[in-house]
Amino acid sequence: MSGQYLVLLFLFGGVFSVEVQRPRGVPLSKRPLYEEDKPFTCLDGSRTIPFDRVNDDYCDCQDGSDEPGTAACPHGSFHCTNAGFRPTFIPSSRVNDGICDCCDATDEYNSGADCQNTCRDLWRKEKESMEKLAEIAKEGFLLKQQLIQEANRGLEEKKSKLTDVQNSKKDLEEKVEALRMVKETAEQPEKEAKDRHLKAWEEQKAVIRMEKDKARMAEVFLELDGDGDGFVSVAELLSHSELDQNSDGSFTEAEAQELLGGVDKLDTAGFESIWSKIKEKYMSGSNTDAPAPVEPPQEEVKEPASDNDSEPYPDDDNPEEEEEEEDEEDDDEMDDGDYKSPPPTETHEKKDDDEDGTMPPYDEETQKLIDAAQKARDEFDEAEKSLREVDDNIRNLEKEISFDFGPSVEFAYLYSQCYELTTGEYVYRLCPFNRVSQKPKYGGSETNLGSWGKWAGPEDNIYSVMKYEHGTGCWQGPNRSTTVKLTCGTETVVTSTSEPSRCEYLMEFTSPAVCQEPPPMSQEPPPMTSDHGHDEL
Amino acid sequence: MAAFSVRMVHVLVLWLAVCLSGTWAVDKGNFKTCDQSSFCKRQRALKPGESPYRVLLETMELTNTRLTLQLINDNNKVRLLLELYRLQGNITRVKINELKPLKPRYEVPDVLVREPPTEPLSVLSQDENGVVLSLGAESQRVIVSARPFRLDIMEGHNVLMSLNSRGLLAFEHLRMRKDTQAEPEAEKKDEADPANQAETAKEEEEKVEEGMWEETFKSHSDSKPNGPSAVSLDFSLPGVEHVYGIPEHAEPLKLKTTESGDPYRLYNLDVFQYELYNPMALYGAVPVMLAHNTKRTTGIFWLNAAETWVDISSNTAGKTVFGKMLDYVQGSSETPQTDVRWISESGIIDVFLMLGPTPKDVFSQYASLTGTQSFPPLSSLGYHQCRWNYNDQEDVRSVDAGFDEHDIPYDFIWLDIEHTDGKRYFTWDPHKFATPKDMLQGLMDKKRKMVAIVDPHIKIDNNYKIHNEIRSRGFYVKNKDGGDYEGWCWPGSAGYPDFTRADMRAWWASMFAYDQYEGSMENLYTWNDMNEPSVFNGPEVTMHKDAVHGSWEHRDVHNLYGLYVQMATADGLIQRSGGVERPFVLTRAFFAGSQRYGAVWTGDNAAEWDHLKISIPMCLSLGLVGISFCGADVGGFFKSPSPELLVRWYQTGAYQPFFRAHAHLDTPRREPWLFGPENLALIRDVVRQRYTFLPYWYQLFYNAYRTGEPVMRPLWVEYPQDPATFAVDDEFLIGRDLLVHPVTDEGSRGVTAYLPGKDEFWYDIHTFHKHNGAQNLYIPVTMSSIPVFQRGGSIIPRKLRVRRSSSCMEHDPYTLFVALNPQRTAEGELYIDDGHTFNYEKKEFIHRRFSFANNVLSSVNIAPDAKFTTKSWVERIIVLGASKPSKITLRTAGE
Repeated sequence: MSGQYLVLLFLFGGVFSVEVQRPRGVPLSKRPLYEEDKPFTCLDGSRTIPFDRVNDDYCDCQDGSDEPGTAACPHGSFHCTNAGFRPTFIPSSRVNDGICDCCDATDEYNSGADCQNTCRDLWRKEKESMEKLAEIAKEGFLLKQQLIQEANRGLEEKKSKLTDVQNSKKDLEEKVEALRMVKETAEQPEKEAKDRHLKAWEEQKAVIRMEKDKARMAEVFLELDGDGDGFVSVAELLSHSELDQNSDGSFTEAEAQELLGGVDKLDTAGFESIWSKIKEKYMSGSNTDAPAPVEPPQEEVKEPASDNDSEPYPDDDNPEEEEEEEDEEDDDEMDDGDYKSPPPTETHEKKDDDEDGTMPPYDEETQKLIDAAQKARDEFDEAEKSLREVDDNIRNLEKEISFDFGPSVEFAYLYSQCYELTTGEYVYRLCPFNRVSQKPKYGGSETNLGSWGKWAGPEDNIYSVMKYEHGTGCWQGPNRSTTVKLTCGTETVVTSTSEPSRCEYLMEFTSPAVCQEPPPMSQEPPPMTSDHGHDEL
Repeated sequence: MAAFSVRMVHVLVLWLAVCLSGTWAVDKGNFKTCDQSSFCKRQRALKPGESPYRVLLETMELTNTRLTLQLINDNNKVRLLLELYRLQGNITRVKINELKPLKPRYEVPDVLVREPPTEPLSVLSQDENGVVLSLGAESQRVIVSARPFRLDIMEGHNVLMSLNSRGLLAFEHLRMRKDTQAEPEAEKKDEADPANQAETAKEEEEKVEEGMWEETFKSHSDSKPNGPSAVSLDFSLPGVEHVYGIPEHAEPLKLKTTESGDPYRLYNLDVFQYELYNPMALYGAVPVMLAHNTKRTTGIFWLNAAETWVDISSNTAGKTVFGKMLDYVQGSSETPQTDVRWISESGIIDVFLMLGPTPKDVFSQYASLTGTQSFPPLSSLGYHQCRWNYNDQEDVRSVDAGFDEHDIPYDFIWLDIEHTDGKRYFTWDPHKFATPKDMLQGLMDKKRKMVAIVDPHIKIDNNYKIHNEIRSRGFYVKNKDGGDYEGWCWPGSAGYPDFTRADMRAWWASMFAYDQYEGSMENLYTWNDMNEPSVFNGPEVTMHKDAVHGSWEHRDVHNLYGLYVQMATADGLIQRSGGVERPFVLTRAFFAGSQRYGAVWTGDNAAEWDHLKISIPMCLSLGLVGISFCGADVGGFFKSPSPELLVRWYQTGAYQPFFRAHAHLDTPRREPWLFGPENLALIRDVVRQRYTFLPYWYQLFYNAYRTGEPVMRPLWVEYPQDPATFAVDDEFLIGRDLLVHPVTDEGSRGVTAYLPGKDEFWYDIHTFHKHNGAQNLYIPVTMSSIPVFQRGGSIIPRKLRVRRSSSCMEHDPYTLFVALNPQRTAEGELYIDDGHTFNYEKKEFIHRRFSFANNVLSSVNIAPDAKFTTKSWVERIIVLGASKPSKITLRTAGE
């Protein structure tokens, strides 16, 4: 980009540095400000000093300008000519500190450090790598053009598909309405027939129940009538403390008598009249003093096993992870109550079946109606499902069409792709515009490192960084998040991952889509090869 | 159902509350109170004034160097042997042991630098009530009273210190275990009159109390095969209202009285998220207390490495300032007095009474016993950049580059436990740190260094060389049943090398040789963490007391363990260079004498303003007991500091001896450049200030190494007669000449600093403004302000050319800051050597004194027998408090 400009500067520097003398550490551009035969004025104008105090290793100027070639001033800077490479400034504090900073070794003129002039090497290396980068950029940029074309084509296809789908949706909607009519028409006679059948069954059941009740009453009467005199007496009742009417724990004679309707004993006929007051509480067998369980022992209550029609977990990316967290919170009591027990809706029917035998099968005619209705229902459901699918399809297409895939839609090809990188411990997975995850190489659950958030590059290059947010939470920390840095490459690969800060991941990702058009590579002149920088003062 | 869900809400709220309050506070339930430590409970239950101990005067033996006497406990007839020594330098040593213990009792080795040289004692007078001994020329005497036993140290008519004056001497003699039987507890009411004791001479049945032979705490049981063995003694300090020392506690400088709560506890423990203003034990223990009043400073050194509790009471503690004034005005007869009582679980009583009289005398007295601060490499006084963890070599490289890019100097970058291969110390993670020498060379090329952690818990893994060697040599600490002790720590199941063994330490040291410690180079130094020792699944997160070190129990040696780890490590670093290079080793656990082996930090603090504040008294307390090289994690270890707190912490840490930023694994990154340009500039500025003062710091450490005087000092050390300074711990002195009052409050607009010294000037080091001493000065502050003052009368050498690291500044010139006092004079010193070898011991250094008087600044060589050459020169002399001279002449010797 700026290579050309720099190269020009090198030439410039080279030509003049051969002839111009200037104090150590002064860039050529400031040469006129250091005139050997005149007093020197600090560049900030703060002070004027005799010229022999320039570079005398004592700081006179606030801005450090009198010591461009020594380390004397805290805020000064030293100019490395770096003939053969790029000139640069270093802080004065790096002059003669024993560490080679300038590639021309000029910063270590009095420290004993053994610095070699590495400018030519550096230049060669830089040139090589620049060339390589340029090569990549060039190739990548071509690929990018293809990507853009494909993306645009894809976009057009999707748009037309969307139109198609939207059209087919109308047909489908009509079909659904038609089938709904058919279904409702078939269901009406079905319902009537079923109701008839059910009512008949209910009546039959009532008869059975009543008979059962009577039999039970007779049985109880016999049980209660301990002395077999054909009467149930107060005394006989008293042995059944569970019949205690006010449940105060003591079943008194008065209470028993009240239960018998104010008389001392009842025959079978009389017993029938109070049966309804007794039957709920009465327990067979001889009674002990222990308080009776309040509830009559039911015939085994079948708790409905959780049906498979509802998902046990909310629809989430990562059920395992979720559960782990729940566990950490140590409140399993809660989440049990939360969403694991579906409300028992169909149990009534089943219970009845169990108690009073099975409902007889529908007669042939009713069954026919039912079959017809079921067929209509199935067809309707099928059509409705197709409609939902079409809706989903439309939504997805609309989302994809409107997604921000870059100024030229060049990132569209990444959509619904995933890229993996395996490191020592983990397999990292980047699914652009969707999510980033991490899975231990040797088994273990996947961790969500963030879901697509936004483009997050600097203002002038917003498409150079992707941000994925709201991943799995960290212990005592934030939710995991990942920053993906995109660089130009001919291939689309995740090249590295790291976790610079706890739970904040960094991923490097190459793609042709970020390649910029390389500036036309000019045949730049060779860098200056002469070593003769300048004479020191 | 409704009721049910309401209940659930309560449960949730409650749980959240527990969670919130539990997250950042110490779990106190993990650590014992005095009541839960059976010997402390037993001893603390003793009532004063009922001492059963009597001196058997007829047993007195006096040789040239020591006096011995037998004491008898009239309750059980057990005899003790008291030894009394007068040591050189105004120290009295009192040792009490059983005359004939069932088996030897532990006497702490390796802490005293030598057997302290004695001076003759002589008897001044003697009768049936006691003996009076002379302590030499200064009219100092020891009075030994016989009945009950009591020692008083007198100077003239003043009692300096009394022992057993409250009768709380207690010595649980070793005994055979009687099988548990319900013994009738002997009543001893009729023995109240000591005169009757001769007649009622029946031996009192020893009471078997709960916890004597076995003790459980939480799920841990301590088998106590030796039974009760505690020792205890009380000391009275008449005229004393201020006592200091006995670190490590997160407490103010001036120790508090402990009557209303627990005593101060000394028991090295890994305390997770410690709480401030609490006498709970922390990572290290130095059983040394200083007492001070306007006339005198004294010290008590209780040489015992077992769990120890210190009770402090005072007759003036409850009084208000007004009450005290009233006493003064009315001439109240009661002199203030502080009473102190030490209780240790085992061992003997071996106590050194350091009699001052000045603070500096006490420092030199203590130094004569336990040695001085090791003289650190100059670079270790620079800035240290640490984090748990720098992830890999690339991370290290980029942080290192960040310092150059932002032009901040630093000397050391640190690697915490994650750098190892699975927490196997002396190894490197093969993926993240595949080529450690390349990394170290990269740092060396920039004249920078690295510290890598080496903890004392060793992963039990048959493929780990260190473990195999230790196990096969039998070097591990043993459990009570004789097997290798195993505990849980970072690597999982781990063994603990027995550092109390000299052969183990020698072997450990040899592991630091370059050919043993693969990937190490000469710019790699060491950090010993977790050396309390920390045992995650042990009682109080440390080792079981009935674990075995040779013939001693862990109970006896506990507080010494950390010292030994650092000792062996420092030896290793010395040996690897053939004895040429100075070591640098940071430790978390420490004991008396640890100053000889390196630096100490205040452990796992938190990013809170109060933690910033407490770093000052914590390091001051350590400095008073010899450990000068102290610092706190800059920024706070746990939690994440606000940028303001981080900046203020850098500003404080830059003026404390050990200057290291550190952060917990779970906190966001906090390298100085991550908080915006303004905060970067503030941090850069203060780190650079630190580097300009390195010559002064270095000279102070040389002084500490020579004299034992603390580098970072409480004000009262230099102004011992000014009571206004006695409790000051929000500001401090560096050496004698720099006064620092850090800003430690959030949103602070100003601080009030006390400038001591009636006839002193103090110059603001930034503005050079002159202030008079003996005043409270309000100083408005901004975020860039760090109130620091140079004392008038001092000359401080600085290097104003700040570079990438201290080594880069080696040959740079000095600037002398001459600050004039009212007499227009000033004095200062300059010490120079190579900065990293032991050659200073061979007199290879420059030590000069500068003085300014009559407008002449002169420089004198105060070590004429020493030789060293430097390329440095004096480039600038800044005289504060002078008017512009009309003429300046430079003269060199001979002219």
